Amino acid sequence: MDKMPKWADVVLIPLISLILAAAISALVILAIGEDPIAAVKLMVDGALGSTYGWGYTLYYATNFLFTGLAVSVAFHARMFNIGGEGQAMLGGLGAALVCLYIPWPHWSIALIAAAAGAAIFGAAWAAIPAYLQAKRGSHIVITTIMFNFIAAAVLNYVLVNLLRPAGSMDPATARFPEATHLPSLHDILAPLGIAFNKAGPANVSFLVAIAACFAVWLLIWHTKLGFEIRAFGKSEQGALYAGISPVKITMIAMLISGGLAGMMATNNVMGEAERLVLNSTEGAGFIGIAVALMGRSHPFGVFLAAILFGFLYQGGAELALWTKIPREMIVVIQALVILFTGALDNMVRMPLEKIFVTLRKGKA
Amino acid sequence: MTLMKSLMGAAAAMALTAGAALAEPALIFDLGGKFDKSFNEAAFNGAQRWAEETGETFREIELQSEAQREQALRRFAEVGANPIVMAGFAFADALGQVAADYPDTKFVIIDMVVDAPNVRSVVFNEHEGSYLVGMMAAQASKSGTVGFIGGMDIPLIRKFACGYAQGVMAANPDAKVIANMTGTTPAAWNDPVKGSELTKAQISQGADVVYAAAGGTGVGVLQTAADENILSIGVDSNQNHLHPGKVLTSMMKRVDNAVFAAFTDGVDMETGFNVMGLANGGVGYAMDDNNASLVNADMQSAVDAASAKIASGELAVHDYMSDDSCPALNF
Repeated sequence: MDKMPKWADVVLIPLISLILAAAISALVILAIGEDPIAAVKLMVDGALGSTYGWGYTLYYATNFLFTGLAVSVAFHARMFNIGGEGQAMLGGLGAALVCLYIPWPHWSIALIAAAAGAAIFGAAWAAIPAYLQAKRGSHIVITTIMFNFIAAAVLNYVLVNLLRPAGSMDPATARFPEATHLPSLHDILAPLGIAFNKAGPANVSFLVAIAACFAVWLLIWHTKLGFEIRAFGKSEQGALYAGISPVKITMIAMLISGGLAGMMATNNVMGEAERLVLNSTEGAGFIGIAVALMGRSHPFGVFLAAILFGFLYQGGAELALWTKIPREMIVVIQALVILFTGALDNMVRMPLEKIFVTLRKGKA
Repeated sequence: MTLMKSLMGAAAAMALTAGAALAEPALIFDLGGKFDKSFNEAAFNGAQRWAEETGETFREIELQSEAQREQALRRFAEVGANPIVMAGFAFADALGQVAADYPDTKFVIIDMVVDAPNVRSVVFNEHEGSYLVGMMAAQASKSGTVGFIGGMDIPLIRKFACGYAQGVMAANPDAKVIANMTGTTPAAWNDPVKGSELTKAQISQGADVVYAAAGGTGVGVLQTAADENILSIGVDSNQNHLHPGKVLTSMMKRVDNAVFAAFTDGVDMETGFNVMGLANGGVGYAMDDNNASLVNADMQSAVDAASAKIASGELAVHDYMSDDSCPALNF
């Protein structure tokens, strides 16, 4: 039974959730004695009002695109991959090893190789929880969460003890060689006569992320494998009856998911930092969950949600820079948006469904 | 898309010219947080003192993660903040990238050297100040065992430990120094719980004076030392007031003076390499009402004598970072 028109599901619910989150955030800002309207203006200006702001907004959005797609693919197979953070960290390690130890002639080849390296590391990190789920029934939510901690510890060990250059106090790898530096949006747009700020870290991997959106769309809705993933997600029993192997689909969906999360490293590690630092993922793996929920696990929805969260991240950074709003408060505001759009979906959905049902009854 | 981009470009240009008018100085705190009662807070106090004396304002930001360093630097440089001071060695790499892009902006980095024409690098002779508090620790200790708790295990913190151990040995050659580090990542700068556990472990090994060189982690060390009724030594800021009568002294690293000087010199500052040691008041030990009863005249005269000798160059304290080894302590 279709309770709501499609547009209400896709547009209206996220919109109402956003407005609610904004309203409560405004109250929070008021409560600490700051002006919410000025804060919003600052966020919009800082994140969207200049090509500098766009450079950062799109940079963050690229991170969220990869992790959002990763979570989406797992969602289609009805699996909750909370391990995007850990998979992206390991992806960073993969990308760093590829960039550091192989002399690349040109960035384009390095990008393909680093993306592959990052995807392999990320997928490998997702493979263990996937195997445990498929063969042993260990719940994927628990195992992927735990693997985030293990990934952080592994990275910590590797950076402090193995990859830190001699004489450096900072737990980070050396700079990647010049040839692996990715062109930023400034470099790409300059030949087209578009002036784009040089400082923004958004780079060519944004285009890779858009290509990944398209690829995920093709995979999920236009291939046999995508059909199997969706069938498995809708009903495991049904899928089994149709001759689809649950073990195979669980493994493949999680490998794709982990690979996508890992590929985030082409943006944050290879594109921006140009070396591997601790906490390079900055929580993008978790934001990916909210992005996937808000985007209804559809690549286009994920794209829009990723831009929104990119805006929130960059806007939040601007708030931290230009106001006395403490950084904890900014995390609260970001968390409210995640809470309303991600976790409290049904709070908006159920009353809205009722309204639509009564409207329909009224007509009939 | 193109139209939108150019519209945004225009908006950006306006926003930037509006921002460029203010040549405020800016200060970036490292991960321990602004109010760590120690290193970052010392930097903040220096900036605050400058603001009060001149009546002007400054920009500041507390970092949330390692990955934000370059963004914070670029953002301040982009809107024309000048000079930009960053508290912490970990900024070196990001600054190395950013400095060349903003040749007209002056940068000041504390605790690390970055070789660029528009950068002033301020480093401190922490081993000299630590030597003095080490002497005091050895004289105040009854058990003959004193402790050292470092933050992140890096050469800079080993430099503190090494100077401290040399001071202890100078005052009491039979003394034992126990040294522990809180961790190997920047999270170790802000882990008071672990600091507290390490303090308890050192007490169980007989330590009755502990020296914390660990940023925000030191708050836990000083708290536990006060709870367990032993003496502690603070670091960077004057921390004597945190537990009056329980904190023997504090190794003052005048980060506040470095920040104050940078803000006062402003855009016309001399760049290059600045060493702040005992001779120019960059380091020292803290005396005030809170610890007056703990430090007797003998201790103070011995320490002052050593201080004068170090300042004049008569006594050389070994610097761990000069050869990555320490004659008085094994790590």
